[in-house]
Amino acid sequence: MEDHNSERSQHLTMIDGAMALIFVLLTVQVWLLSATLDTFLAGHREAALPGAIVSGLLFLGCAVLYRFITRAERRSG
Amino acid sequence: MKTDPVERKPLWREEFSIFKADEKYVSRRQLTKFLTLTSLGMFAGNIWILAKSWMYKEPSYPVKAVAKVAEIPVGGVKLFQYPGPEDQCILVRTAEDAYVAYSQKCTHLSCAVFYSKENNRIECPCHEGYFSIKDGSVLQGPPTRPLPRVVLERRGPELIAIRMQQEPEG
Repeated sequence: MEDHNSERSQHLTMIDGAMALIFVLLTVQVWLLSATLDTFLAGHREAALPGAIVSGLLFLGCAVLYRFITRAERRSG
Repeated sequence: MKTDPVERKPLWREEFSIFKADEKYVSRRQLTKFLTLTSLGMFAGNIWILAKSWMYKEPSYPVKAVAKVAEIPVGGVKLFQYPGPEDQCILVRTAEDAYVAYSQKCTHLSCAVFYSKENNRIECPCHEGYFSIKDGSVLQGPPTRPLPRVVLERRGPELIAIRMQQEPEG
């Protein structure tokens, strides 16, 4: 039971770290979306493509972190 | 018949554990999943903007007489609709032979702007956003974008609106 709990607490630390990183990525993504929208509404359409690419990369980062968490859980059984 | 070598717990036991550490773990994992889905939503938003920018067509503006020169005194104002009947614009005669016209919608939250003769600028009464009378650029306040300008041309006694200009020239 103690082993199980210490393993879970290790996982909690890991998930906390991943969550903090996802929060950072998400904050950047929110800013990026609002900035791209503002630029688009101001009539500058050239920012849409780089905005979409960077947003895609940020989403990929979040997805990789989430996958890392679920895989780690599966490995530990 | 093959059996799964790793025996997995049923989903309900994974999601509703009786152990406190497990419960914290599951709730945080679920939050992480939610955050990842939110990130997907943001990405979809950016893709939507990209699609809109690809589908964007330059608008065509009508050529329309908006005022007669004689009806506006120096420092006077006339309101008109351009390019559509719903698009309120403001025309100001700044000197004997100088006219400027802008969209009357503040670029912050779309309040109707007015010309302040004392300060020689366009003002928004809602959040004290001030715009330059010369080119519609932001002087102060929450708006970040200049007022769209109506390009005018004088043809005899009439002022003709030709097109809208989103950014000041130069």
